Amino acid sequence: MDILDYAFMQRALLAAVLVGITAPAIGIYLVQRRQALMGDGIGHVAMTGVGLGFLLSASPVWMATAVSVLGAILMELIRWYGRTRGDIALAMLFYGGMAGGVMFINLAPGGSNANLTSYLFGSLSTVSESDVTAICLLAGFVVLVTLGLRRQLFAVSQDEEFARVTGLPVRALNLLTAVTAAVTVTVAMRVVGLLLVSALMVVPVAAAQQLSRSFAATFAIAVAIGVTVTIGGTVTSYYEDVPPGATIVLLTIGAFMVLTALATPLARRRARTAAAARPAPDPAECAIPAARAADGKVGV
Amino acid sequence: MTGDGTTGEAVVSLRGVRADLGSRPVLRGIDLTVHRGEVVALLGANGSGKSTAIRTIIGQVPVSAGEVELFGTPRGRFRDWARVGYVPQRTTAAGGVPATVTEIVSSGRLSRARFGVLRKADHAAVRRALELVGMADRAKDSVNALSGGQHQRVLIARALAAEPELLIMDEPMAGVDLASQEVLARTLREQVASGATVLLVLHELGPLEPLIDRAVVLRDGCVLHDGPPPKALGQHALPGHDHVHPHAPTRTGLLS
Repeated sequence: MDILDYAFMQRALLAAVLVGITAPAIGIYLVQRRQALMGDGIGHVAMTGVGLGFLLSASPVWMATAVSVLGAILMELIRWYGRTRGDIALAMLFYGGMAGGVMFINLAPGGSNANLTSYLFGSLSTVSESDVTAICLLAGFVVLVTLGLRRQLFAVSQDEEFARVTGLPVRALNLLTAVTAAVTVTVAMRVVGLLLVSALMVVPVAAAQQLSRSFAATFAIAVAIGVTVTIGGTVTSYYEDVPPGATIVLLTIGAFMVLTALATPLARRRARTAAAARPAPDPAECAIPAARAADGKVGV
Repeated sequence: MTGDGTTGEAVVSLRGVRADLGSRPVLRGIDLTVHRGEVVALLGANGSGKSTAIRTIIGQVPVSAGEVELFGTPRGRFRDWARVGYVPQRTTAAGGVPATVTEIVSSGRLSRARFGVLRKADHAAVRRALELVGMADRAKDSVNALSGGQHQRVLIARALAAEPELLIMDEPMAGVDLASQEVLARTLREQVASGATVLLVLHELGPLEPLIDRAVVLRDGCVLHDGPPPKALGQHALPGHDHVHPHAPTRTGLLS
């Protein structure tokens, strides 16, 4: 494994694994609440942060984190208050964020769109020591939230109205979800790039759904797929000299297609086994004695 | 079931409640009190404000005037949510990601769980709730594999998981097949017999009619009738009077 001899590849692989874990871990809640494209929006907003980082000669990763967290909070507030014009406000936020990024980076001394490209599509080989530190800290936060609060986030993302009546702090949890998604975007920015971040949040979850029946299994499978494709993509890009971000995303979509093809016969077999295991399926409910007997068993 | 419900403690109380959706007034000053042990049906045509009234109680719709109290506490200061079980108006219990029946029903137990950690007693309560609605044998199945009536049974089990004293239900019978309607009516009967207070929105009284102590009829955001269940509406419940509620399967609820 000569690939591990290089310090830059060690950093790249570490960053890739962390992205493979965190992006599906928060993405599953976004998919659950049917906001699959939220990550894409945050990615656009984060561009302003990258631009500001260059302009102010600050760390682009930390600036992007700050700006995308603010953007995510703004998106949540728009969702609460701007029910009717909400999508237009969001559109302005996204494209304003993108335009801001291009503007700031061109204003920065010696800055050009070329600097931006490595953030838009990922650039593993330029991941620095301080980038890795930032990515580790941010990834730790994401894992802590998505695993530690999984029951609360599940309830809020499944049915917000019901969650309110269980006394959960719905608004705080929504904000936390948005902030965590924003943090994940900046974790993944160096690996897959801002424009492709959303794919890693959504596609592994969609692929996992082909195999799973429960939320817990979907979560585990999605993270497994995420880690597999980020490592696979990083290694491929080392040997074949192809862009890592695009490789990772195409691998993820490939995984989705393979799992979908596998899942159809699997689902059929599962339905058949379920039918065999349940001797009294739906038609038998018409027969009153059988239904009573079944009820009796349940009651015991 | 004290027979004379009006002497009991007020569990839900709305006084002069007004609410607007956008600039349109939906509730124009309604009074509604539910006493301990009572089963009150909220009736009315579509757009009469019955769902909005329910949603002001749980805090999903803000009140522009008037007072809402739960168990004698102003709603804004009410924290004891484990005493309230809520069944929102839904045609499906599913979200954007697969989930098992147990996973959905467990979220109803969060009001009793500290920091979201479910203990042995909590898992037992979830299992009991599933048994009450006759879904224990489907506990590990994905909700995506269930029929419309079974979805509703899951939503009701989720509300029962916290072992609430007050059940608030928004059209629990909409789109439910006859077999599930009977299961739901039996479940509700058992809850009422063990002392639960119930406030439910209904399109028609249907198989629940014998359980209803009092009916409150709304029209255009005002209370039109508050008293014994109206007889005319009762006829809707006769066998052979078939109500079909078409719902698009992908929608999560009419008001969501």
